Amino acid sequence: MASASGQTGWLHRVADSDVWWSFKSSPLTVVAALATFLIVAVAFLAPVLAPHTPFDPATLSLSDGLKPPVLISPDGDWTFPLGTDDQGRDVLSSIMYGTRLSLVVSLAAVAVAMVLGISLGLVSGYFGGTVDAVIMRVADVQLTFPAILVALLIDGVVRGIISVKRHDEIAIFVVVGAIGLSFWVSYARTVRGSVMVERNKEYVQAARVIGLSPLLIMVRHVLPNVTGPVLVIATLNLGLAIITEATLSFLGVGLPSTEPSLGTLIRLGNEVLQSGDWWITVFPGITLAALVLAVNLLGDWLRDALNPKLR
Amino acid sequence: MATQSNNPPLLEVRNLRVEFPTRRGTLLAVDDVSFDIAPGEVLGVVGESGAGKSLTGNAIIGLLEPPGRVAGGEIRLEGRRIDNLPYEEMRKVRGARIGAIFQDPLTSLNPLYSVGRQLVETIQTHLPLSAADARKRALDLLKEVGIPGAESRIDHYPHQFSGGMRQRVVIALALCAGPRLIVADEPTTALDVSIQAQIIALLKRLCREHGTAVMLVTHDMGVIAETADRVAVMYAGRVAEIGPVREVVKHAKHPYTKGLMGSIPSLGVRTERLTQIDGAMPRLTEIPRGCAFNPRCTERGSRCMVERPDLMAAGTTRAACWLHDRGGVGAPVSKEAVDA
Amino acid sequence: MLAFILRRILQSIAVLVAVGLVAFSLFRYVGDPINAMVGQDTTMEEREALREKLGLNDAAPIQFLRFIGNAARGNFGLSYRTSEPVGRLILERVPATLELSLCAAVFVLFVGVPMGVYTGLYPRHWSSRLLQAISLIGISLPTFLIGILLILVFAVMLHWLPSFGRGDTVQVGWWTTNFLTWSGVKALILPSITLGLFQLTLIMRLVRSEMLEVMRTDYIKFARARGLTNRAINFGHALKNTLVPVITVAGLQLGSLIAFAVVTETVFAWPGVGQLFIQSVQFSDIPVMAAYLLLIGLFFVLINLTVDLLYFAVDPRLRSQGGGARVAGH
Repeated sequence: MASASGQTGWLHRVADSDVWWSFKSSPLTVVAALATFLIVAVAFLAPVLAPHTPFDPATLSLSDGLKPPVLISPDGDWTFPLGTDDQGRDVLSSIMYGTRLSLVVSLAAVAVAMVLGISLGLVSGYFGGTVDAVIMRVADVQLTFPAILVALLIDGVVRGIISVKRHDEIAIFVVVGAIGLSFWVSYARTVRGSVMVERNKEYVQAARVIGLSPLLIMVRHVLPNVTGPVLVIATLNLGLAIITEATLSFLGVGLPSTEPSLGTLIRLGNEVLQSGDWWITVFPGITLAALVLAVNLLGDWLRDALNPKLR
Repeated sequence: MATQSNNPPLLEVRNLRVEFPTRRGTLLAVDDVSFDIAPGEVLGVVGESGAGKSLTGNAIIGLLEPPGRVAGGEIRLEGRRIDNLPYEEMRKVRGARIGAIFQDPLTSLNPLYSVGRQLVETIQTHLPLSAADARKRALDLLKEVGIPGAESRIDHYPHQFSGGMRQRVVIALALCAGPRLIVADEPTTALDVSIQAQIIALLKRLCREHGTAVMLVTHDMGVIAETADRVAVMYAGRVAEIGPVREVVKHAKHPYTKGLMGSIPSLGVRTERLTQIDGAMPRLTEIPRGCAFNPRCTERGSRCMVERPDLMAAGTTRAACWLHDRGGVGAPVSKEAVDA
Repeated sequence: MLAFILRRILQSIAVLVAVGLVAFSLFRYVGDPINAMVGQDTTMEEREALREKLGLNDAAPIQFLRFIGNAARGNFGLSYRTSEPVGRLILERVPATLELSLCAAVFVLFVGVPMGVYTGLYPRHWSSRLLQAISLIGISLPTFLIGILLILVFAVMLHWLPSFGRGDTVQVGWWTTNFLTWSGVKALILPSITLGLFQLTLIMRLVRSEMLEVMRTDYIKFARARGLTNRAINFGHALKNTLVPVITVAGLQLGSLIAFAVVTETVFAWPGVGQLFIQSVQFSDIPVMAAYLLLIGLFFVLINLTVDLLYFAVDPRLRSQGGGARVAGH
């Protein structure tokens, strides 16, 4: 009895909260949320929903190559509603799988950045002294460069170390790592700031006297405080991560054409753009733009909803 | 000092209402407030935080922050209505006829402009003076408010002044175009106690010398007692009592005011205990029916629970309390009877 | 104040040294320089001899100092990809990137700031909301996509502007410039817009949000209470207070245009330093990567330093305090 009402009680609190109200009252945000949900759902269900498997060479035939989208020209046909590329790959299915990859990579990258940043922030803030100085100096140096350059650099270095044969296999991990490593600093700084504030509070010293580990106590107190700002940074980062991954792939140093993300697809389409076969590049492009736009809108709304100054 | 001088009042506020549309409905923050200010007089407006005193002041100078808005009533300055003026007309009134002083002198001054520039700009906006004359006037004002070394300090920036000095600069700015009325919103709250007295004394002296009236909004009764000629006590957006300062302090007629005065420690008088009023001022969303003070009032009656009292004569002051009405408060209602 | 400047300079040097260290580590330890330089059938002894001759067996600090010394003279070794001197490769491409970035910066400043001020002053007007919506799209589109779309519309479909390359350039001393030929100028248009669009939306949003915050401050309220005209308030008080904190961010962002040129140059086949960098990443051409890193690091450090000093000149609060803590506007 208690647990059931506890659960519905929680639901009531959410439904009653300011956050939900501000969500409901902004139609744009609702649309953005729906769009994001739709895109994410389609992307994750790609293996089930996609009409073709564009990256299994056995299913391709060159005679299907370069078909235009079905509604634009009489050459199109409904088996390939958005057209095909020069290898006969269905654009629609490629987009579904590509979106999936883009999302997976970006979410993973943000997660990596968060974990890395929060841990380093905790360590830096708690231990202070040399450890803090070193970590912050590294952060400063890294911040001198825009994230994309850091990601490019890491990518290039790994390529230099790993032999060419294995590039494609581990590309996805390299990209996640590169992007994650370029974003950790904001999390670290925020958490470090909070830790330094909490570190001097009496309950931490009291805990030390009792013999409890102050680090654990602080984590319990600091982490709830930083959830808000960390979420804000994460929403900003997600859109940027998607764009960064797409950029890396477009430049040819991200996900390869055997496992293409939206960025890779755009690159592949760009190569035939001059001859007028625009659909291969434009449709993935639109999908990418829609995805990032939706994510940014949601992020904007979340930031405004969480911002105590605006309430 | 007579409550009503023979001159027409400088400021007349009649039935002022200020409301805030929110997602939970419209809140009435200032509910049917009326008072006058005579030329040259100092009216103190006192009350707890949230009683509506600052909002009343903001409404008078026409700077209510949206979504707040004036929902009813009239405000007249020297007989002319100012609450419904278009923005540009009201702008000319501000500074030249009504001045304002706010609580925090640090944030009231633009940190990037020198004090002199801010003064000269204000002077030249309202008075047809040349730059040189405006600067002279600014200099004179700075000396008047007691800034030492005014000749050199006129070109200093706000952060180069101490808190008390900054508030003096703010006072100079408020007075520089020669307004007839100053609305001072908690002018000393952000200052050190030792400085507070100086600033209040300065304000009082300057206003007397220039013949400027002051609406002094504060929660500090001590300041009111020192400085004001009359005082209005606000509670939950309404005026509970209004009258000459000495009368209200010594012979408060409204139960809230009595409680307020009784809770101030005094050096001269021996008291057993300071009065404490039980409970707290109601939130704007939960203002009780009838008299807003009735949940906390020890002298309430049944009438207080249903009918809202207007200001009525009570000796030399006016109080919004049925105790001073011929009909009385009705049957006494004890605390327990309601809380049950 | 002097103390502050000194401290900042020392910090800058520290960062540069750190960047140099990273560049050096890349250069020396990623991959094997010897393998990249010699053919398959060079014997082990010959490789050892080469290693000794190039000083690759010396202690690391000595190699580091040598690296820095060489860098200071512009000697970054030979490119793994083309075997040309890296220094020369970079130098001949610098004018292309600099001119592109300059154009983009002008675009960002002279369109972005006014747009930001306008949407900050009149946030509820429909035109402001429209600009806000467009800016949201601008932030969501990756630079390369903008480039592709612009090429599609203006080059492939309308044939108004070139879709790649730098057009005709004129050699002035060691510099090559686009500005002196009509085809050169035309070639600059699409890439500059592409490069600048993202930064433009960022600046516009930044200026807008600063403006909105400034308009809510007490001193603006007090200025209104003194009856100052809207013009005096908006363009005298508000604008100045908005721009002061914006300067730092704007300066840094404009600096980063040089780095973001990487993407734009690839899309438009613009022969600049950025395109070179991408090629070096694709081919793991370490000397070029290291050199680019060092140069960009130097550039950013200088920009950061300049912007900090600029802040000093503009905010009177910093001047008298000796510039201790950074004051965050208002």
